[in-house]
Amino acid sequence: MTVDTLLSARGLRLSFGAIPALAGVDVDLWPGEILAVVGESGSGKTTLLNVLCGRLAPDGGAVWYRDPSGRLADVHAMPAPTLRQLHRSDWGFVRQDPRESLRMGVSAGGNVGERLMAAGARHYGQIRATATEWLMRVEIDPARIDDLPRSFSGGMLQRLQIARTLATHPRLVFMDEPTGGLDVSVQARLLDLIRGLVRDLGIASVLVTHDLAVARLLAQRIAVMQRGLVVETGLTDQVLDDPRHPYTQLLVSSVLQA
Amino acid sequence: MKGYNFAYLDEQTKRMIRRAILKAVAIPGHQIPFGAREMPLPYGWGTGGIQVTAAILGADDVLKVIDQGADDTTNAVSIRRFFAATAGVRTTTRTAEASVIQTRHRIPETPLTEAQILVYQVPQPEPLYRLEPSRSETTQMHALADYGAMHVKLYEDIARWGQVAISYDYPVMVAGRYLTSPSPIPAFDNPKLHRMPALQLFGAGREKRIYAIPPYTDVRSLDFDDHPFAPPHARGACALCGATDAYLDEVVIDDRGRRMFVCSDTDHCATRRDAGHLGAEGVAP
Repeated sequence: MTVDTLLSARGLRLSFGAIPALAGVDVDLWPGEILAVVGESGSGKTTLLNVLCGRLAPDGGAVWYRDPSGRLADVHAMPAPTLRQLHRSDWGFVRQDPRESLRMGVSAGGNVGERLMAAGARHYGQIRATATEWLMRVEIDPARIDDLPRSFSGGMLQRLQIARTLATHPRLVFMDEPTGGLDVSVQARLLDLIRGLVRDLGIASVLVTHDLAVARLLAQRIAVMQRGLVVETGLTDQVLDDPRHPYTQLLVSSVLQA
Repeated sequence: MKGYNFAYLDEQTKRMIRRAILKAVAIPGHQIPFGAREMPLPYGWGTGGIQVTAAILGADDVLKVIDQGADDTTNAVSIRRFFAATAGVRTTTRTAEASVIQTRHRIPETPLTEAQILVYQVPQPEPLYRLEPSRSETTQMHALADYGAMHVKLYEDIARWGQVAISYDYPVMVAGRYLTSPSPIPAFDNPKLHRMPALQLFGAGREKRIYAIPPYTDVRSLDFDDHPFAPPHARGACALCGATDAYLDEVVIDDRGRRMFVCSDTDHCATRRDAGHLGAEGVAP
C-alpha cells in the first residue's frame, strides 16, 4: 500500500461452508486505474467484488478505502450509514443484469435522477438537465427521457445503468460482467463507451469478467483468479502475452484467436 | 357504564399505549410498534385512533370526533357515543370547546391550541409502502434517512403531469429527520401540521404503530426548489357560509350535472353562519 492507494485489501478469506470462495486475496487499486479480475466460473471473482464493496463481510482480512479527504477507512468496520453514503455518492456498482439495479417502473430520467436526489439534489430543472446530459453521453436519445426502461433494448438498459451509476461522478466503480449477455456488436460499442467515459472522468474501477478480450481492452492491470486465490497479477498486456502461471497459460490459450 | 373499565380498555393496556406515546413524542415522526388490541369496531374504522384516545382520555376531558371534517357521519357519531357510554366524558361538536379531538382524514379549520390534543386515525403509517413493500427494508431506509426513492416518485409525477399528483396523504419530513405519513388528510391541510401548538398523535390499529408530532415541531411537505409544495384549492366558495379559504367538498346535487361546494368542516361552517356569513344558498340558523 502506498500513500495514494485508493482501495486496498489484505488477506481476504471467505468460505461458504466447505467451499473456500476466497483463500487469502490481496488487492491494490490506484486512482484512475482499471483492474480486471478474470477467471473461470466459481473462481471467486464476484465474491471478491462483493467483499471489496462491503456488501459481504469476509471471514478474515480487511478492505481499506481512502476517502476524498485522504483518510483510510476500514470498509467493514464502517457504520452502516457511512457505507451507504459511500455507495450513494463516491462509489458505483454496475451489474451484469441492469434490471437488478434499475427501477423498471420508473422512467429513464427518474432512474438517472435517483442517485442525484439521494445525494441531496432538490432542483427539478437541474436534475432533469443532468439526466438529459447523461442520456446523451451514453448515446440514448434524450427524447426517451420519460420512457420506462422496459421499453428499452438490452444494450440500452446497460447504458442506462451506466448513466445512472456515473451521474454522481463516483471515484470508484465496481463492474460485474458489464458486457455479459449482450450480442457481440453491442458489446463492442458498450466497451468503447465505457473506455471513453472512464478515461474522461478519471474513474478507478474493479472489473470482473470472464472475457479476456474485455480485460485487454479496458484494464491496465489484471488479476487472474483460480479457486479463491489470485494466481497471477500484473500489467494486462504482460500477463496476457506472456502468462507464467499454468492456469493463466491455459486460460489464454483457450481463447480463439480471431 | 357498569362492567367496563373507564374508557373501555383495561389499565395495563392503557399503560402500554402511553409508553408507546411517550416514545413517539420523544422521537417525532418515528413509528413505534405497540400491541394493538381487538376493538369493538372493524379495522379501517379507527381502531388505532380509538385506542390512543382511550389511553389519554381523563374524566374531565371534552371529546370531539370528526370523520372527513363532519361531526354527523356514522363513524364520528358511533365513536363519540362509544366514549360517552364507556367513559362518561362530555362530548361536543365545537372545535374550540374540545380538549381531545379524534379525527379521520381532516384537520379542523379552527386553529388548535396548546390545551388540545389531536388524535388521527391512520390506515397505513408507512409513507414508503407504495415504493418499497418490505417492512424490514423501509425500516432500514428510515434508519439511514435514505429517502431518495420518495423524491423519485415526486420527480415522476412532475415529469408526467407537470406537478406533484398527490392530493392526500402527502408525505412530510418531521423535524428534518423522519419521513412521515400525515394520514390521508388532504394536502390542503398539510401546512397546518407545521408548528401546530397542539400535540398530534397518530394511531394505526391494524398496522400496530403509533407516532407523534409534538407541539411546535417543524413539518415540511416534500417538494423541489423549483416546484414548491402548492396544495390545490377548490375553485369556488362554500354555498352555505361563503367561505373560500376552507377545504370544500364538491357535491353533485341533481342529475343534470349541477354541483355545489360546501365546507368539509361542519363545525367551521356552522360557526361562520352563526356569525352572519351566508353563502349563495345559505340560510341563517
